[in-house]
Amino acid sequence: MTHFVGQLIFALLLGTAGFLFGKRILQIRRNINLGRDIDLSDRKSERWATMARVAMGQSKMVVRPVAGIMHIVIYAGFILINIEVLEILVDGLFGTHRVFAPFLGGLYGFLIGTFEWLALGVLVACVVFLVRRNILPIARFRSPEMKGWPKNDANIILAVEVLLMFAFLSMNAADSIAQARILEGVWTDAHHYINAGSFPVSQWLAPLYAGLSDAGIVAVERGAWWFHIVGILAFLVYVPYSKHFHIFLAFPNTWYSDLTPSGSLDNMASVKKEVDLMMSGDPFAAPAEPAGDVPAEPARFGAKDATDLTWKQLMEAYSCTECGRCTSVCPANATGKLLSPRKIMMDTRDRIEEIGKAKDASTDHPDTADGKTLLGDYISEEELWACTSCQACVDACPINISPMGIILDMRRSLIMEDSKAPEPITAMFNNVENNGAPWAFPAADRGKWTDELSSES
Amino acid sequence: MALTVPTLAEMNARGESTEVLFWVGCAGSFDDRAKRITKAIARILHAAEVPFAVLGAEESCTGDPAKRAGNEFLFQMQAAQNIAVLNGYGVKRIVTGCPHCFNTLKNEYPELGGEYEVLHHTQFIQQLINDGRLRISDGNPFKGRRITFHDPCYLGRGNGEYDAPRAALEALDADLVEMRRCKKNGLCCGAGGAQMFKDAEKGDREVNHERTDDVLASGAKVVATGCPFCNTMMTDGVKNAEREEDIDVKDIAELIAEAADLL
Repeated sequence: MTHFVGQLIFALLLGTAGFLFGKRILQIRRNINLGRDIDLSDRKSERWATMARVAMGQSKMVVRPVAGIMHIVIYAGFILINIEVLEILVDGLFGTHRVFAPFLGGLYGFLIGTFEWLALGVLVACVVFLVRRNILPIARFRSPEMKGWPKNDANIILAVEVLLMFAFLSMNAADSIAQARILEGVWTDAHHYINAGSFPVSQWLAPLYAGLSDAGIVAVERGAWWFHIVGILAFLVYVPYSKHFHIFLAFPNTWYSDLTPSGSLDNMASVKKEVDLMMSGDPFAAPAEPAGDVPAEPARFGAKDATDLTWKQLMEAYSCTECGRCTSVCPANATGKLLSPRKIMMDTRDRIEEIGKAKDASTDHPDTADGKTLLGDYISEEELWACTSCQACVDACPINISPMGIILDMRRSLIMEDSKAPEPITAMFNNVENNGAPWAFPAADRGKWTDELSSES
Repeated sequence: MALTVPTLAEMNARGESTEVLFWVGCAGSFDDRAKRITKAIARILHAAEVPFAVLGAEESCTGDPAKRAGNEFLFQMQAAQNIAVLNGYGVKRIVTGCPHCFNTLKNEYPELGGEYEVLHHTQFIQQLINDGRLRISDGNPFKGRRITFHDPCYLGRGNGEYDAPRAALEALDADLVEMRRCKKNGLCCGAGGAQMFKDAEKGDREVNHERTDDVLASGAKVVATGCPFCNTMMTDGVKNAEREEDIDVKDIAELIAEAADLL
């Protein structure tokens, strides 16, 4: 009877977690799709290769070996230990215990042993990461944008991972004690503990629980089992609200990577249309409007709000895990300017979340304008004008996010929508327009150096 | 013999065509310091017997600083105008004296109708050395001197070219050293993204001063550059550190031209 109660509670928890996770995923998907459309379906084989190399192969993580290698341990642990979670799900739903053990035989012991080593690796890596974030003077974890929630978010995740791994190892330690007592014949009524697994790491925890009674062992084993799986389900619900969502989005985000050289900046198609018209020589030429169509509201030039960005840029915002490698290599940030590329990504996510929430709150009012914009209310002009477009942030991002792309799109909005530029930039524009050079020199003087060269040689 | 550089217009009038268009760029045309780099490139092309011409008064800003400052209209107007000129002359091959022009012509013009083979001058110089078309003199003044190369963002990170400029420098038989931040991790000089044309935003220090620290730490006596803007920024940085007496800032074209007895 108690069996079924456990199974029922388990199924209920699993269903609730699955529902909440799914609901949140749909919400994020909707938010990402609030961005402008962009076609990134070309060059598929290159995209698969990029995803395999950058996301699965973590090629850019290991550029910084300490963090990179420990991150790979956590990543491998996460993926492989999920095989164990599969067994936990089956056991939980059907009231079985270590259901895979009889099928896998010796392989089962090997797998459990591997998971234990990985669990230890994850535990150690998470503790080291906690130390790096909270004790060591690593500048990128102490930037202004990392105060408050972003700092807590990171610590919550790391602490939960430590606890989950500890629970996993405790569960195995208690199980191995139960198995030993049954083998010795001192415990005869514990039917469901079968002789399975190998416990290379958790055996070190066994002395901690060895003094407990049989009932105590069951309590530790079951308690750890429940803590482990409930913790994982809670984690599942938490992750899409957290910077930690990169564990899912890193894959699509790298698949949709910008495959052009990082020096290349997109040519705006909307501008090209107008320039073509102007260059065609007929000032009155205009593309024929299809009759009867209500002209769509013309898109803004550049990005003033998060919805002016492409869905890919919004996906990048949700993919960012705030590691700060971009900020740590930014020349503007390194010299004390206000710009932090990481903050650009965090602001973008916060703003599109805000827009999404407003939409959810007023389903019958499609117009959700709150008078706020990403540019102005979140990101200042001073930040934007500090960028040297050096692409160091783009290169440093372990999952190919481009903070620079957002910065330059916002400059486009400043210039082409609001005509707002620092005075010397306006002067530069005027010079280019009038003299074909950013300085006020006449075009006729361009060849002067050739005359000088002739007379010098 | 006086070294004369023809314009495409002049050649066209004579019914001649040429192998290479040397795209000088605005800094290389107007800035006195950068003009010395331009002249060095011209002397190298001449010495290697590369038939080349320039656009002269018909060259106009590629639009790079306008684009990166957010003025896409102005950029595309410039691009349309330049592409009309280049295509009008049937230009196939362009060598630029500036990585910003290089990047824009190479990556951003094709979609707008301007498709050319575009080379940065350090790439072209390296090819000339490789092909034996340029002889470095045995007694070149940079032999054994400690030289470091400052990667221009739009040549290095922007287009993945780290090797050609270094290979060209190797011909000098110098003591080449890398700065702490180099190649993919190279630190910007601070001029890109239209910063050259405005004051820096409020901060603790200038980017070029930060970069000069890397130069000083490397112990280099020559900073080799491949961009007229980097050249200006690094020259200012070295001056600010009061080291202009013992540290030279020179473009790779200048170093090679001097080492090949062309200056």
